[in-house]
Amino acid sequence: MADHKVSAVEKIEGVGKTAVGFVEAVGNGGILVAESVYWLMFGVRERQPVRIGAVVQQMMEIGINAIPIILMLTGTIGVMLAIQGIHTLRIFGAESRVTIGIAFSVVREFAPLITGILVAGRSGSALAARIGTMKINQEIDALKVMGINPTRFLVVPALVAMLIMVPALTLLGNFMGLFAAGLYVNADLGISLAAYAHDTIDILSLDDLGHGLGKSCIFAVLIAVIGVVNGAGVQGGAEGVGKATTRSVVQAISAIIVTDMLFAFVATR
Amino acid sequence: MRNPESIIEERKSRHRPQTGPNAVIEVEDLVTHYGERMILKGVSMNVLENEIMVIMGGSGSGKSTLLRHLMALEEKTSGTMRILGNDIDQIGRQEFLDVRKKLGVAFQSGALFSSMTVGENIMLPLYEHTDLDALTMEIMARMKLEVVELSGFENLMPSELSGGMIKRAAFARAIVMDPKVLFCDEPSAGLDPVVASALDDLILDMRDAMGMSIVVVTHELDSAFKIADRITILDRGEILMVGTVEEVLASKSERVHALLNRIPEEDTMDPDEYLNRLVGEDNPGTAHL
Repeated sequence: MADHKVSAVEKIEGVGKTAVGFVEAVGNGGILVAESVYWLMFGVRERQPVRIGAVVQQMMEIGINAIPIILMLTGTIGVMLAIQGIHTLRIFGAESRVTIGIAFSVVREFAPLITGILVAGRSGSALAARIGTMKINQEIDALKVMGINPTRFLVVPALVAMLIMVPALTLLGNFMGLFAAGLYVNADLGISLAAYAHDTIDILSLDDLGHGLGKSCIFAVLIAVIGVVNGAGVQGGAEGVGKATTRSVVQAISAIIVTDMLFAFVATR
Repeated sequence: MRNPESIIEERKSRHRPQTGPNAVIEVEDLVTHYGERMILKGVSMNVLENEIMVIMGGSGSGKSTLLRHLMALEEKTSGTMRILGNDIDQIGRQEFLDVRKKLGVAFQSGALFSSMTVGENIMLPLYEHTDLDALTMEIMARMKLEVVELSGFENLMPSELSGGMIKRAAFARAIVMDPKVLFCDEPSAGLDPVVASALDDLILDMRDAMGMSIVVVTHELDSAFKIADRITILDRGEILMVGTVEEVLASKSERVHALLNRIPEEDTMDPDEYLNRLVGEDNPGTAHL
């Protein structure tokens, strides 16, 4: 009986600890964003400006190096949407209207989502691993003693680079997804690429583009903050870095999908 | 432990104390906790100008925690600390940053940035805190590498260096801004005796040539006796004694004697504290940068 009581108390304690940990992580993320904004705005006044070189370097790692995989996957998604769309609409004899579904799905949903998930897997994990390794190797302490603010030096360049490159990659993903789908539609239905492009431009508005790009900006912040918070919380050497990296990918992808759903719900009301 | 007379004779032949009268670091009644556990229990000490102060103690004595406080990396529970005449609780953000620029640190692991070359590591503080042009920074980095006898290694990555070389490169980075105070965490840990002795000589040379105060945390007795002007001995978060090497060697304290002769102390830890340590409940960890 006593064992059961202890076990119940331990379980409640465990839930409490998890809840406190979650609130603490969210709080740390908020502080990180606030600090980043501060350094972006007042870094020059504090004689610690955010270095453009560091931002460009991060942009290369996060964005330029990810272009091939983004092109490949968004192209594949575009073809997949075309295949499914034609298959479904053929039931009603309306396969020629597939362009509408492809255009909205790619621009409003799939390009930002796939790009966000890919960047979370590629760069969010790398950010968590990098900061975690720097923490256990005392490199973060070294920065502090040198009078270099770690948030300004490590986080802001990554955050700014994410904010520029995730929407840019999403835009690229939009073109690739639509283009690949167009090729399939052309091959299957005989609709010319020019007619397909004309239909797509006709259907899509700037709002649709803004919807997708707006989401990708939120994803960018989520990926960066989750990566840094997990990296900064590393304990226990190399194993800890591995765990933090995995945790950051899982959390970032979960946050992206949940945010995507919430954004879609709010934006379509 | 070696014969005390031979240690003192050896020191006379090569040690030239030049300690100045003013304290660069003053700590009074410093108390700090990790969670519930009290780590430092009212530590008071100072470090004088141009002095090599060695902090010694057994594992878990609080010496690394004390060093982190001296570098202003930890939040204390109570007490006062003055670094280069500035009470760190009273000064503003910019003054604190100015104080930090006058400190250098060589961590136990070296803490070189693995994504940068040795030269870039050394130039980083210059790049961040000065308006020097790239060529001048490169020249200064090469000069500092020469001081630590690593000339020609500026284009290598840290992963291409040996343990001793990494520590030397860390020294070069630590002194590139000509700090007033240099902190060294276990400089000879993990090194063979020859390399460790060479690092001790480097510490003495840097003090003599640059006139800086140096705080060294070590548990290597030979190294401590070779370089120290004064030694602070910590035991379970309290200062056991502060004195010159000669005074430490002449101490009649049983605990000092036990430390110097590496005699294991009796386990007097509170059972609850021991249990907490096992389950990790006294280790708060931090998720902050």
